[in-house]
Amino acid sequence: MRIKLKVNNKTEEIDIEPHEILLDVLRKLGYYSVRRGCDTGMCGICTVLFDGKPIPSCSVFAARADGHEITTVEGLEDAKAFAKLLSEEGADQCGYCSPGLILNTVYLKKIGVKDLNKAKIKLIGNLCRCTGYESQHRAITKFLGVTK
Amino acid sequence: MIYFKEYLKPKNLQEAYEVLTSKNAKIIGGATFLKLSNQSFETAIDLIDAKLDFIRESENEIEIGAMVTLSEFGDNPIISNLYNGFLKNITENILSFQMRNLITVGGTIFPKFGFSDLITGLLVLETEVHLYKNGKIRLEDFLNTKIQKDILEKITIKKKPLAVSFKNIKNSEYDFSIINIAVSKSENEVKIAVGARPAMAVLITKDLNFFEDIDKAVESLLNKIKFSDDLRASKIYRQKVCKALLKRALREVIQ
Amino acid sequence: MKEVTKNIIKKDAFGLMLGKPVYTNDLAPKDSLIVKILRSPHAFAKIKHIDISEAEKIEGIECILTYKDVPKNPITRAGQGHPEPSPHDWYILDEYVRYVGDEVAIVAGKNENAVTKALKKIKVEYEIFEPVLDFEKAEEHSSIIHPEKEAHSMFEIGFNAPKNIAASYEMQIGDIEEELKKCEVVVKERFYTQAQAHVAFEPHSATSYIDMHGRLVIISSTQVPFHVRRIISEAFDIPIRNIRVIKPRIGGGFGGKQAVHGEPFVAAVTLKTGKPAKLIYTRQEVFESTYRRHCMRFDVTLGATKDGKLKVIDMEGLSDTGAYGEHALTTFMVAGSKTLPLYNKVNAVRFKGKVVYTNTVPAGAYRGYGAIQANFALESALDILSQKLGIDPVELRKKNMMNEGETSPIFKIMGEGREGAEMIIKSCKLNECIEEGMKLIGWKEKYPRIKVSETKVRGVGMAIAMQGSGIANIDMASAILKLNDDGSFNLLIGATDLGTGSDTILAQMAAEILNVSTENIIVYSSDTDLTPFDTGAYASSTTYVSGHAVQLAAEKMKKLIIKEGAKKLEIPEEKADFDGEFIYEKDGNKRVSLKELATVLYYTENQKQLVADASYVGKESPPPYMAGFAEVEVDIETGKVKLINYVGVVDCGVTINPNLAKVQIEGGIVQGIGMALFEDVKYTQNGKLLTNNLMNYKIPSRMDIGNIIVKFVESYEPSGPFGAKSVGEIGIDTPPAAIANAIYNAVGVRITQLPITPEKILNAIK
Repeated sequence: MRIKLKVNNKTEEIDIEPHEILLDVLRKLGYYSVRRGCDTGMCGICTVLFDGKPIPSCSVFAARADGHEITTVEGLEDAKAFAKLLSEEGADQCGYCSPGLILNTVYLKKIGVKDLNKAKIKLIGNLCRCTGYESQHRAITKFLGVTK
Repeated sequence: MIYFKEYLKPKNLQEAYEVLTSKNAKIIGGATFLKLSNQSFETAIDLIDAKLDFIRESENEIEIGAMVTLSEFGDNPIISNLYNGFLKNITENILSFQMRNLITVGGTIFPKFGFSDLITGLLVLETEVHLYKNGKIRLEDFLNTKIQKDILEKITIKKKPLAVSFKNIKNSEYDFSIINIAVSKSENEVKIAVGARPAMAVLITKDLNFFEDIDKAVESLLNKIKFSDDLRASKIYRQKVCKALLKRALREVIQ
Repeated sequence: MKEVTKNIIKKDAFGLMLGKPVYTNDLAPKDSLIVKILRSPHAFAKIKHIDISEAEKIEGIECILTYKDVPKNPITRAGQGHPEPSPHDWYILDEYVRYVGDEVAIVAGKNENAVTKALKKIKVEYEIFEPVLDFEKAEEHSSIIHPEKEAHSMFEIGFNAPKNIAASYEMQIGDIEEELKKCEVVVKERFYTQAQAHVAFEPHSATSYIDMHGRLVIISSTQVPFHVRRIISEAFDIPIRNIRVIKPRIGGGFGGKQAVHGEPFVAAVTLKTGKPAKLIYTRQEVFESTYRRHCMRFDVTLGATKDGKLKVIDMEGLSDTGAYGEHALTTFMVAGSKTLPLYNKVNAVRFKGKVVYTNTVPAGAYRGYGAIQANFALESALDILSQKLGIDPVELRKKNMMNEGETSPIFKIMGEGREGAEMIIKSCKLNECIEEGMKLIGWKEKYPRIKVSETKVRGVGMAIAMQGSGIANIDMASAILKLNDDGSFNLLIGATDLGTGSDTILAQMAAEILNVSTENIIVYSSDTDLTPFDTGAYASSTTYVSGHAVQLAAEKMKKLIIKEGAKKLEIPEEKADFDGEFIYEKDGNKRVSLKELATVLYYTENQKQLVADASYVGKESPPPYMAGFAEVEVDIETGKVKLINYVGVVDCGVTINPNLAKVQIEGGIVQGIGMALFEDVKYTQNGKLLTNNLMNYKIPSRMDIGNIIVKFVESYEPSGPFGAKSVGEIGIDTPPAAIANAIYNAVGVRITQLPITPEKILNAIK
């Protein structure tokens, strides 16, 4: 089947299999920031914004995205600003999980989360095996302008 | 791997039901768990365009469309104000924020997932399940039916003065519950739901005066609830923890 | 210092984080055949008959290989020093399958659907044997996991295939039995650690193609590109010169990629078809068919005098290497060599045991590498001893532990797979680590416990640890520095940055010597054609061993620059110096900028390429040290543990990049917490791994770890580059014991089997 979706504000048309996963289709389209981590929706690495909301792209069929908007880290305003804060803390490490974390955190900023504990709860599904999270939290504190 | 040949987004339930009954088709709900299964069928039905993403409140009840995601559910002021955020607090601890943006209320209830925290919570409220073909059924009764070829349209929760409590235990905070329990108390009745046993949640209803001695009441109730082993814990552990949590929850609502 | 000790941002930070195509899967040729592996559903079986005819007919299938189609050269997948101390007991494909997930056939096709379909169409008839699933029953089991004649060890490692023993080891100093008789207090306890999974988030990936010279090129997510090249050469009988291995960016390794995994399978397809091929493991395959930690059992006996002087340590271990013996001997020896020297004042010490085969997921290298297993046992036992003696566990450690200027005979006796190297400890600030840690956790106020409510009690516990800095006399690294015509430098290193930031750290070191900005050092790692040899990123070796090589190369480069600069200035070499920008006359006015010199050197006068190289092999392996302190809250009615605080105070010498060092420790601690509390491993009765995805295998989330507080004490290691020791592994070692000790101090329950689940605690609470 043929689907038409908007990725990072660019209209993309592609032939897909009805059972194909959004993650695979986005990679086929060349959005390499979308990386496969766990196949089960648990690790948060393949997070993209679907009509503005973070979702794990491994857990949704590409066919659903027909007619919808997808944002990846390549097209995310503010991604670089947060990436800079992460790098200043050494919180990038292997970098594999960073795009997912960046998408979700930038979304939290957009909805005005300023409480670190609330942010952590919303980021529980962004796993990281390298950093031990603390350095990420130092960067998140700065990025969100955490007040408590 | 999951395999199907056709992906449809019907605009309404009638259309969806026709496909469901005329083909080897499945409603995919939020798709998160279905996607993990190893099955093949002909047609996937996605209800995303079927206008089931409503949450409405009337004087006596709250209606929640089947395609409302857990995030929308928890964030909705009608739900988050209900019983001091009882349902909001439950949903906010289910898996992750990203997954809750996909997982739907219907997709949680219709497959009757044993691990569900939400089903346990809803059981102690007066919750009804509205099916397109089979009509309105109380949630506890629905859990005991074998209905498969139908579509969950919405659920309704009756607004009643209740004291409620939800308790669960996880090892990692980012995990499914090892056991979950919910308790509600009306003027003269107490409802207790126990889920993640690990099987589907069960509901027990008792008169308030049964709980004069909470310790004794819990002992006798425990005999009626079946637990079993799985990866996360043994039957015996579940039993012990259920006892502790049940006492805590009952003390909260009764005292 | 100008560049070293600064928090310089990782060179690859933005490329990694903003989604540039940098990992193996991103770089695989677009027309790569998709490779998948048919895996064994049985824990132990022999292939009686395999029929691929139906599968071959599927459109798009290009190649199906079984054990009949590939060479049967016994190799070890372990990427370690050569000849390896691991038995050569693995074959590209074999007629025996030795665990659920073992390779049966390689299928390659044009697309994923075709390959998936073909996997289902291959018909295999197995002769099924009774599997060995319990490592405590392996030695006497009637099933022999490696009955084949080809399996052998490269030298004596105690390999005994008929008894399912991959390796064994024994060493003793003093007379254990006699000394124990003199001890007033004796502790004996048995401990178990589990087969923790690495869960590096980039799944194991490999891709291969034939270059225009007909050489095999492999791009792989590996920690050990040079070992991969050698192992592939052995496995396929093709000369090393015909193989090139490229390591792009790596999404974490933790030891899990210190081996060959997918490389032989893509290579087999490419060699057969001449076409590019790629194999990207699914998460399930990573769990079931790559590596996991060696689970171990330790019987610890400690003997002490009444006043708390430790006199005897006796550790007898049993380690489970799974279906293949990779890193079997070395992880086991490290269990002894990286724990026992902590207590160097004993009269007698013994360490012995066996490493056995089982029909389970193969064990391999994993951060901590035996040390964490033994640390849990020894540091738990030490707390039991402190209870018996009635001495504060901190005091007991202080009385008996290693101090600066001291040594341990174990350094010489136990190396990795062979003898070690004598060493007098020149930097050991354990005492300060402990003092600082006690302050940060609030030991004096909180030890042993504080009751928080009717059902909740908080407790504190601690443990100390040591690791090493590379493997003395074995781990070799080299570096090449090349001056460019704008005055910048290429730093070519075989060292393998797998996300740690080692490229940046090594560039900082070169920049420091050359007195230039780290930005002027362009790092390339690693590619067996383009970068010099390095054994790879493991054994906490990069900062210390590769760092040394970089330091030496940079010193040589500086000399070359001065020499050529002096020529240009027409002054004697000894009168010239280089300040990072100019080569200048020491007592005069002549000067030339590096940029100008470089341009001249390449285009106009006395033309030549300035290039400096250096190699380094450590003569010793100075240990980093750490004191870990845990504060837990235990719910006595559910057994649930909430980690409140974890304090890690570390002596790793000078931190070259404090931020990156800190993140190494924080990350290590959290992996250690995972092993302590969450990461449970379960198999079915038939040997199928159940905890094979992230729904069932729980690594710590950000809500599970409380506050992680990491501090470095001031320390300087004279043998290290810029005073540095290693930092990669030490962080992981203490959490299991420190948390177990904290739980004991909170609720009086001693858990001796990891992970410490609520269920185990509640069962033990009476």
